[in-house]
Amino acid sequence: MSVNQEWTPNIVAFCCNWCSYAGADLAGSGRMNYPANVKIIRIPCSCRLNPLFVLRAFQRGADGVILCGCHPGDCHYSTGNYYARRRMTMLFSMLDYLGIERGRTRVEWVSAAEGAKFAATMNDFVKTITDLGENKKLEDLRCKK
Amino acid sequence: MQRIGVFVCWCGSNIAATVDVKAVAEAAKHEPGVVFSTDYQYMCSENGQAMIREAIKEHRLTGVVICSCSPRMHEATFRKTAVSAGLNPYMVEIANIREQCSWIHKDMAEGTEKAIILARAAIAKVHLNAPLVAGTSPVTKRALVIGGGIAGIQTALDIADAGFEVDIVEKAPTIGGRMAQLDKTFPTLDCSACILTPKMVDAAQHEKINIISYAELDSLSGFVGNFTAKIRKKARFIDETKCTGCGICTEKCPSRKGLNDFNMGLNTRGAVYIPFAQAIPNVAVIDSAQCIHFRTGKCGLCEKNCSAGAIKFDQKDEILEREYGAIVVATGFKPIDASAFNEYAYSDSPDVVTSLEFERIMNAAGPTKGKLVRPSDGKHPHEIVFIQCVGSRCTEDATKGKPYCSKICCMYTAKHAMLVREKYPDVKVHVFYIDARTPGKNFDEFYRRAVEQYDVDYIKGMVGKVSVEQDHLHVQGSDLINNEQIHINADMVVLATAIEPDPTARALGTMLTASMDTNDFFTEAHPKLRPVESPTAGVFLSGVAQGPKDIPETVAQAGAAAAKVIGLLCKNELTCNPCVAHANEALCNGCSQCERVCPYGAITYEDKEVRSPEFRGIKRIAVVNGAICQGCGACTVTCPSGAMDLKGFSNSQIMAEVDAICR
Ligand SMILES: Cc1cc2nc3c(=O)[nH]c(=O)nc-3n(C[C@H](O)[C@H](O)[C@H](O)COP(=O)(O)OP(=O)(O)OC[C@H]3O[C@@H](n4cnc5c(N)ncnc54)[C@H](O)[C@@H]3O)c2cc1C
Ligand code: SF4
Ligand code: SF4
Ligand code: FES
Repeated sequence: MSVNQEWTPNIVAFCCNWCSYAGADLAGSGRMNYPANVKIIRIPCSCRLNPLFVLRAFQRGADGVILCGCHPGDCHYSTGNYYARRRMTMLFSMLDYLGIERGRTRVEWVSAAEGAKFAATMNDFVKTITDLGENKKLEDLRCKK
Repeated sequence: MQRIGVFVCWCGSNIAATVDVKAVAEAAKHEPGVVFSTDYQYMCSENGQAMIREAIKEHRLTGVVICSCSPRMHEATFRKTAVSAGLNPYMVEIANIREQCSWIHKDMAEGTEKAIILARAAIAKVHLNAPLVAGTSPVTKRALVIGGGIAGIQTALDIADAGFEVDIVEKAPTIGGRMAQLDKTFPTLDCSACILTPKMVDAAQHEKINIISYAELDSLSGFVGNFTAKIRKKARFIDETKCTGCGICTEKCPSRKGLNDFNMGLNTRGAVYIPFAQAIPNVAVIDSAQCIHFRTGKCGLCEKNCSAGAIKFDQKDEILEREYGAIVVATGFKPIDASAFNEYAYSDSPDVVTSLEFERIMNAAGPTKGKLVRPSDGKHPHEIVFIQCVGSRCTEDATKGKPYCSKICCMYTAKHAMLVREKYPDVKVHVFYIDARTPGKNFDEFYRRAVEQYDVDYIKGMVGKVSVEQDHLHVQGSDLINNEQIHINADMVVLATAIEPDPTARALGTMLTASMDTNDFFTEAHPKLRPVESPTAGVFLSGVAQGPKDIPETVAQAGAAAAKVIGLLCKNELTCNPCVAHANEALCNGCSQCERVCPYGAITYEDKEVRSPEFRGIKRIAVVNGAICQGCGACTVTCPSGAMDLKGFSNSQIMAEVDAICR
């Protein structure tokens, strides 16, 4: 992505199938607005998110990555989001160490009933990333094709 | 290389108003592998589906991408369409350009750009899709019902009437549950035993029902359709096949100090006892902690007097292993411990009783043969105070009470008040209540009868203190309507204590991997649409185990749970979700990490012969049982060797989507 005045961030949102993906659908049915730079990838559960997918997104030029899952205790598979939370905490501190600002990653619990929360979360996340500006760090590692 | 077809739906104007569908279809044409791309007004309509079918055949498509509404809406529809054109259903991917695009974004240029990216991601994914075949697993045509209260009995009867075998596992020496302890039942005031005991007999005599009493679930393995349960049948020190239920032993037993739990501890029983006259099975049981023989090796009077030779002091717990296709949880409830409520003097005076104790006092088969007397001195009471919501709707102190409404107390208190006034018109009855909640058929009429016809003194307010005085209980409370303090000298106080799930519920929930709420009631798969199913496949809920309810509601839910079980047991085999995990044998090193995170115990290990460039020989390898795996993916991320992957959501598929979005 080239830098120009029109720059808008590119954001990947991983959503678990049972809660957050449905929450995102509900935001749509409710005609709530959030910026078009959020693109959702559906995964069965937040615990399916391999930290490598996040790294891959940053290597390929994503400016922000967000993981959404069911609220603690509500995971369709009971415990998935607890694993996800632990793994992401580890990953985020490593990314921090690599120089990717902490604000570029986020974990958020959004239930299937929380369309408004989904939209609000995305608006807020896009704003945070826009303020942080374009992400360069991992691209600089020459990983980009 | 796949031959991919892309189908962009307008969804009338739902998509087409903010996404240039023609531009999306055009852009898709330039993606690698795409051999056909088009748009149509309503892709899910019969015409739309026919178009997809024709294109699959004509262009020999190996993969299909539908740009449309959410996959949660029509993924299943389009998979069927693919199947009818001879394509594997898992070669279809949906790009959600409605809920997650056209409905969100107002600007046409923005919406179109995003829709193209979403289509690109779906195309990238479908390139890596592989045909998946859903496996099947057989169904054991027998149900396990845990708990033999009215909920369990009704569920078992309904399942058995449909022709399936049912085992009822009941932890008490008899089935019947709480309903067996009740006197009359609201709102009709018919005798509880008169309507329950025929059902108990029906269950006992049903050729398809097998009652395993004085037993609890020890462990459970397996999954929907294929559970294996180990059931611990506790030693009752009586040979069930020989005991005739004559009751001689219970009369001869000299150790008479055991509290009679069926009568809520209001009187005592022998060490060998039959819980009540209509118990099923009608077989005695020895309380070994109380029995003189177990303590001193002497006595044995029961053994000497049993003409059937049924006493077996050396009987041991027995473990039965049984297979089931479905499990119903019907473990019911118990009243909470009222002794935490010091202000009501429950521990200080025998004349302060709980409602369930009161049921026993009023019951013709109870400790007082149904005569209403004060437990302390056996005298006839003249004034009785009922206190509602003892420990229910208690939000201030979680150690003492419960935050929820126990639902049945308003009604049974009205019942108690009415029964007292009916039988003893000279007794004054006061009821302290916060709200009188009577939603239910004929419920409000019932409550009004108590007030209007039976002249029960309902006082809206709380009781502050019950103090034990010389010859009576002093009740001090407030009347919120007249805004005054009330003092009553009562002979008895009855506490409508909150109900809570059976104390075994939590451990049982863990064994079944069935989820429960913070109050230990089992949770339903969906609070409105799937109220009798647990989120765990093959586990169903019946009665108060799921939440407070009265008998009519319990029976209705019991029938509903039975219908769900019958629906399951009717099937000869179950289709499994094919999007399951599998380990790459060449990469797996048998480290056991995956097994530890799997919430369903789907992963086991096998020594397998592996022939790959990296390894030749026998090694320990993870094997996923496709019928148990639910496809969460926890194991795939945990695996340190990258051996574990998930079909349908593989590492490479998700990476391809990431790449397509970040291109
Ligand atoms: C004081 C009082 C008065 C009432 N009056 C009325 C009334 O007038 N009308 C009305 O409609 N309702 C009334 N009710 C409500 C009624 O009692 C319940 O609705 C009904 O008993 C619920 O049945 P159940 O089978 O769900 O639970 P239960 O009757 O509690 O039965 C559960 C059974 O499961 C067994 N069990 C528990 N755990 C296990 C385990 N781990 N393994 C094996 N077995 C286990 C128990 O031993 C028990 O036999 C009253 C309740 C109370 C407390
Ligand atoms: S995907 Fe989930 S359910 Fe399946 S084996 Fe892995 S951890 Fe177990
Ligand atoms: S975690 Fe990976 S390497 Fe370890 S046993 Fe499971 S599949 Fe094999
Ligand atoms: S299914 Fe939503 S976090 Fe596990």
